[in-house]
Amino acid sequence: MRDLFWLIPFPPAASALALILFGRFLSRKWVTIQACGSVLVSFLLSIFSFAGLFGSAGESLPWIKILSPWIKAGAFGADFGFQFDPLSAVMVLVVTGVGLLIHVYSVGYMAHDKGYTRYFAYLNLFMFAMLLLVLASNMVLMFVGWEGVGLCSYLLIGFWFERKSASAAGKKAFIVNRIGDAGFLLGLLFLLTIVGSSDFTAINGAVRGGTIGGGLATLIALLLFVGATGKSAQIPLYIWLPDAMEGPTPVSALIHAATMVTAGVYMVARLNVLFGASGSAGDVVAIIGAATAVFAATMALTQNDIKRVLAYSTISQLGYMFLGCGVGAYAAGVFHLATHAFFKSLLFLSAGSVIHALSGEQDMRKMGGLRKYLPRTYPPFLVGAIAISGVPFLSGFFSKDAILTSAFAQGKTILWALGLAGAIMTAFYMFRLIFMTFHGPERISEEAKSHLHESPKVMTVPLAILAVFSIIAGYVGLPAILGEKADLFRRFLAPVISPAAEARALSIGAEGLLILASAGAAFLGIFVAYLFYIRSPHLPQALADRLPFVHKLLYNKYYVDEAVGAVVIRPLIRGSDLVYSGFDLKVIDGAINGSAAAAGFFGKALSFLQTGFVKDYAFAFLLGVALILGVFLF
Amino acid sequence: MTVPAGYFFVLSLVLFVLGIVAFFVKRDLISQFMAIEVMLNSANLAFLALARQAHFADAQVVVFFIITVAAAEAAIGLAIVLVIFRRRKSIRTADLNSLKG
Amino acid sequence: MSMPLLSLITFLPLAAAVLLIFFPKDRKRLLYGFALGVTVAVFAASLILYFGFDSAAAGPQFVERTAWLGFGIQYHVGVDGISLFLVLLTTFLLPLVLLSSWSYIRERIKEYLIFMLLLETGILGVFLSLNLFLFYVFWEAALIPMYFLIGIWGGKRRVYATMKFVLFTMAGSLLMLAAIFTLSSLFFKATGTYSLNVFDQARMVLNPRLQTWLFLAFGLAFAIKVPMFPFHTWLPDAHVEAPTGASILLAAVLLKMGSYGFLRFAIPLFPDAVERFLPVLSVLCLIGIIYGGLMALIQKDIKSLVAYSSVSHMGLVMLAVFSLNVEGTLGAIYQMLNHGLSTGALFLAVGILYERAHTRLIRDFGGVSKQMPVFSAFFLIAVLSSAGLPGLNGFIGEITCLYGVFAANKVYAALAVTTLILGAAYLLWMFQRVMQGPVTNEKILSFPDMSWREIACFAPIVVLMFWMGIAPRAFTGKMDASVTAYVHRIKGRERVFVQKAVPSPVSFRLDAEERLPR
Repeated sequence: MRDLFWLIPFPPAASALALILFGRFLSRKWVTIQACGSVLVSFLLSIFSFAGLFGSAGESLPWIKILSPWIKAGAFGADFGFQFDPLSAVMVLVVTGVGLLIHVYSVGYMAHDKGYTRYFAYLNLFMFAMLLLVLASNMVLMFVGWEGVGLCSYLLIGFWFERKSASAAGKKAFIVNRIGDAGFLLGLLFLLTIVGSSDFTAINGAVRGGTIGGGLATLIALLLFVGATGKSAQIPLYIWLPDAMEGPTPVSALIHAATMVTAGVYMVARLNVLFGASGSAGDVVAIIGAATAVFAATMALTQNDIKRVLAYSTISQLGYMFLGCGVGAYAAGVFHLATHAFFKSLLFLSAGSVIHALSGEQDMRKMGGLRKYLPRTYPPFLVGAIAISGVPFLSGFFSKDAILTSAFAQGKTILWALGLAGAIMTAFYMFRLIFMTFHGPERISEEAKSHLHESPKVMTVPLAILAVFSIIAGYVGLPAILGEKADLFRRFLAPVISPAAEARALSIGAEGLLILASAGAAFLGIFVAYLFYIRSPHLPQALADRLPFVHKLLYNKYYVDEAVGAVVIRPLIRGSDLVYSGFDLKVIDGAINGSAAAAGFFGKALSFLQTGFVKDYAFAFLLGVALILGVFLF
Repeated sequence: MTVPAGYFFVLSLVLFVLGIVAFFVKRDLISQFMAIEVMLNSANLAFLALARQAHFADAQVVVFFIITVAAAEAAIGLAIVLVIFRRRKSIRTADLNSLKG
Repeated sequence: MSMPLLSLITFLPLAAAVLLIFFPKDRKRLLYGFALGVTVAVFAASLILYFGFDSAAAGPQFVERTAWLGFGIQYHVGVDGISLFLVLLTTFLLPLVLLSSWSYIRERIKEYLIFMLLLETGILGVFLSLNLFLFYVFWEAALIPMYFLIGIWGGKRRVYATMKFVLFTMAGSLLMLAAIFTLSSLFFKATGTYSLNVFDQARMVLNPRLQTWLFLAFGLAFAIKVPMFPFHTWLPDAHVEAPTGASILLAAVLLKMGSYGFLRFAIPLFPDAVERFLPVLSVLCLIGIIYGGLMALIQKDIKSLVAYSSVSHMGLVMLAVFSLNVEGTLGAIYQMLNHGLSTGALFLAVGILYERAHTRLIRDFGGVSKQMPVFSAFFLIAVLSSAGLPGLNGFIGEITCLYGVFAANKVYAALAVTTLILGAAYLLWMFQRVMQGPVTNEKILSFPDMSWREIACFAPIVVLMFWMGIAPRAFTGKMDASVTAYVHRIKGRERVFVQKAVPSPVSFRLDAEERLPR
């Protein structure tokens, strides 16, 4: 299997190429088979490669396959090279597994769309880029995947480009990501010039060998982290993700929940040696992560759009992953990445099923009581909500608890407390969503109600599968309280994660208390949501009236978009306009046209000498000759 | 018997000055044109005198050039004068100042 | 050397142009067929250059050298790794440009084709000349057809635009001519022979003060052509008024004459002066990158948007040129090619839009994608190539340039990466307003999608974009040796310092084995 792992990205690539070039000649059925089949092939390859990792104990990791040299310019070079190790394996399995389910789901969701072929072409292209990202053996090639997923995100957010909001959201996502990428590229340039290569093995070697350390490591790590804040929607570059919900819902599930947005986490985990070598970079990552987790959660509290709640929730959960990586618990961060991929894509797909059922309605105020109409959507949705809330014995509980425990163990009590507060809010807004959507009185419009229908099997079966994984995925990473070897996931990742970067162990008692705290947070959030939206539904309004300022602030998402517009974008445009009309047209062109006018003026002024009479010219000529002769003779 | 070169130079000078004077005194293009020819030929004379005195053949070559150029000039110049006359019904230089800036 | 390949490539278009004079002027098919045939033949001939090019050799290849006017003025042409792909870019684009003009140019077709062919000769001559005087002749010769192309087939303000274009460029090149003569006489003083061969000239060690003045004379001519800030204002005007074909060539190839001039002449001849002016030049480049990007952001006309994006992109190219290392130089050349392809494609796209809408104002468009899906795909690829998306050519050039800049000066690189953000911003915003959103204008509903002819123009460029993005070594491999030698020549030169009391204006070393050809 060693020799086949590098093939994983290519089936979707071939499929995407075929769909783009010949899509118009292919039947819808064939498009479906080809698009889903290619991802299935990748998934099978991933499983084989994953299995191969176990059979190759003792072999040196990572497996590396250099296909050919790619760029070569003086000291700068990069190869078409792939590498495979436990971290790649986790990512590849998540990407192809969740990706496959979402492809299948999309067959139902997009069934009536005119752009069916185009949709699957983009989706396949995305799979290729994402797999390239996680399998690349050097950072330049990784950057190709990194920007490639950004492109697909742009294309898919703007999939319904006739809608102005969709095209604007796509553009916004790309540009905001580019801001992060600029930082990423600078970090990459540092690595390239100092290490002389961007291979991960070389980078790790250079850090371990002391070529990079101290302040330099911090600088590089933080520059790279700027890229991660863009891609993984962290403060301050998170602003694109809520808007990205303009895309089709399966896209939100695949790209903006399960895979692409976790690329930043993957990158930090992949470079854990570098981040670990810097004293303060990890702190920054952890602080940004925790802050984002809480900040985004507060914004999710008051949203009424079902997908926007999930979007802010995604930002918040990504914050947890960074918190985990920042405190050195990379395995926990990646673990949360994996479990989050299951339950968040489950949530998005279920939400998609709801939206599909309601003919496109996304406002939760116009839902309610849907439980009885959507019997096959409700249970998986509920499972996802329980999982993300951190209720014990489901996957989200284990992974979130692992992160919080590590934060506490590192002595970052404030971050831990923030995380816990975020966990309460998470449980609250998720169950607020569940209650508003599936319980309580029906507030569905007549129009939507007449079309109300449960989604087809092709959509609900993936939901069921994801629900199963959302429940069981946590058991590969049990807390240390159950024994040294309970955390299979961490042991599996151990070859990739530098051991020095791991958190130190806590006493059993302390850990037990932390677990209880996490569980308590989940139940508290759920209880408050129950109180607010089932027991006494007038309470939210009453609270909003009591604290109008807070409610307004949260409801309008802290006015961040407005502030960015007023402070960054509009001044930039207006300033450029001023410079254009004031400097480019007036000063530079003014100088040019002015000198032309001046030449014209002097010409006019001297033109009296030009009488037009031959004799005058001849006389001037004679004078000139006389003058020259005079000079020569005297 | 040989004539000293100085005589030629004096003659050449006289012709040249006559040419200049004629150019400024005469008012029609044809006469001015003839004045220019006189000046050219005075220069030719000076060249030839020099060539004979210094036994230097290059000057004679220059004279050939000048004659050729003068011929060309005459051909084109007279043609221009003709055209001007046809258009303006005048070849008085005082009437011609369309090149005024 | 059996066949004068370079002369053939250079003068075949000229010969064809002369022949075209005798063609009947209303036989459109015949005229186009002939011109296209010739340009394709020239491209085919230039492919022989590519395949016959020895990538291990640093010096010029396919050299032809004969006496011409004396005083060191020789007909001396050759191609090396620096010029090879610029030549290929020119010969590659010309047939496509002609093809794209088929429906755009409605009157005086014959004259149009003649000027296009003359332009090709001029441009190729610039890239192939190894003699300073010959270079100057071609440099000016390339200007004349462009003057007519914009002046006759241009838009409403074409007279203003052409005057500005010609006066700007003439002002620069006049000083260059003076500098060339100065160099010639200095060389004669130093060695007793005349030579305007660029490699001979580069071995002359001039004192820094002299270098400064000569460099300024050369540099001004090139900087105007590039164009570097603040000499850029002729470019948007010229582009907006120029017909599509001329715009493509102007952006794709003519601007490269400036950056090529720096690489071939200004820097190797006056390395000390370059070193002295490096901070100023780099800052000008950086201003160009950011300023061009910001100006592009607010343009209302798509063409002037692309023109300002050229200012920005060429700023990066020049910044990389001034990094004076192998990576930067290689990246700069690569980025020159990329810019040629991507900006050429963008102008092609704008031309396709203009032929349908007869306007280029962004606000007159909206939702075109819906009506023209195929065009939308091509346009998007061009936009992404220009924005430097990995997988396409722009990325390789950009990252290599940035690597070079970064290796030379980290602060410059940190400022230059803003091109990543600005480039995406102005291009995608434009794309969004023009191609996406609801259809705003009824006229758009009647737009036909791309014709096969238009696809035939666009597709080769797109293929090349992918090829250059995925397999850059097919290109960089041929440049490597020349660029490395170029950098070594500059870095390893004999340095002359002002404080060293060397009063003589020229000092020249003649090694026994390196005698100059007399």
